[in-house]
Amino acid sequence: MTGGGLPVPGRARQPAEHTQQSTNLADILERVLDKGIVIAGDIRVNLLDIELLTIKIRLLIASVDKAREIGIDWWEHDPTLSSGQRDLAEENRRLRERIGELETTGPTAQRKGGEDEKPREPVKSRDRESRGDG
Amino acid sequence: MADVLVYLYAVGGAELAESVAPGLTGVDGAPVRVVVDGRVGAVVSTVDPLHFGEDALQRNLEDLTWLAETARAHHAVVDAVSQRHPVAPLRMATVYLDDDNVRALLRRKNTAFTAVLDRIRGRREWGVKAFARGQPDVEPDRGAGDADLGPGAAYLLRKRTARERSARAQQNVEDAAAELHETSSAVAVASHLYPPQDPQLSGRQEHMVLNAAYLVGETDAAAFLDTVQTWYSPHIDHEVTGPWVPYSFATLEES
Repeated sequence: MTGGGLPVPGRARQPAEHTQQSTNLADILERVLDKGIVIAGDIRVNLLDIELLTIKIRLLIASVDKAREIGIDWWEHDPTLSSGQRDLAEENRRLRERIGELETTGPTAQRKGGEDEKPREPVKSRDRESRGDG
Repeated sequence: MADVLVYLYAVGGAELAESVAPGLTGVDGAPVRVVVDGRVGAVVSTVDPLHFGEDALQRNLEDLTWLAETARAHHAVVDAVSQRHPVAPLRMATVYLDDDNVRALLRRKNTAFTAVLDRIRGRREWGVKAFARGQPDVEPDRGAGDADLGPGAAYLLRKRTARERSARAQQNVEDAAAELHETSSAVAVASHLYPPQDPQLSGRQEHMVLNAAYLVGETDAAAFLDTVQTWYSPHIDHEVTGPWVPYSFATLEES
């Protein structure tokens, strides 16, 4: 078996005789651990443990993603590490403000747009910025 | 503790005894042999209790490197013997104290083993996996309509459009996966659906949306491949693996 390594994208278009080569470990593990005839031999291996093991493998391999998922993502919030983040927060604040205003003025005012655009912005937003940063 | 243990790979007909290639080695590099009882035989090798005794085995199974090597060795033996005779693979890490106990097992489960072998005889397993195609990152339309809206409303509109687009894309992907499964099943004797693999495990970034195994007659293999490989969807990308020994269909029905 020449198998191993990562599967090659676009495999489905290859001729059948080549597919065996791409047998990867994930496919093998899935079958030899989960499938086939299950008989409790003389040497007892806890079946549940094998199931847990497959889960463990998945978790282990996916652990970096997992960390991000459960919120260990400080590097994305540290302003010294990500300079773009502050601008984004700023923009979010502005947008939230706009939404608030639009909700109070309603859809008709919205359509006339242009004229009442100007008086809205300046005072309030400066206000919030100073509070937010303090 | 026993001096040696017996590791089982697969069961098949008694004729296996004459057809296992000399020099074939299995887990731990041990030579492979066949234990026969009546008309059924088991493909086995002698292993060291230091590696396959109860405690050692439990510990080793937690070691990913050991696990990977042993899984490959197990699979290689199953694959090799299946080239000549139908065999039903046993789950990895089925270990007996001695040949007598293996023979006792063969006798006890004779009917069940024969039934499994009848089911998979002349058939192979094919795997089909499908992945959601990466959605082209189209910039949300800033069409003429947007110009009239304030930036806040335009933002909300864009968000809603994006949400709707992604829900629609998800539905398209699911529909396509269901259609592929149906198409594949039509050329197969039986099918089995696995849970989709984690992207890190599959080695592909895209989301896996179908992970299926199909039992296909050897004479239908070409038709199966042709059908499945020419099937196309703009929403999913799929790949075929195999032919496999019918792992997914080698299950005992307890009577």
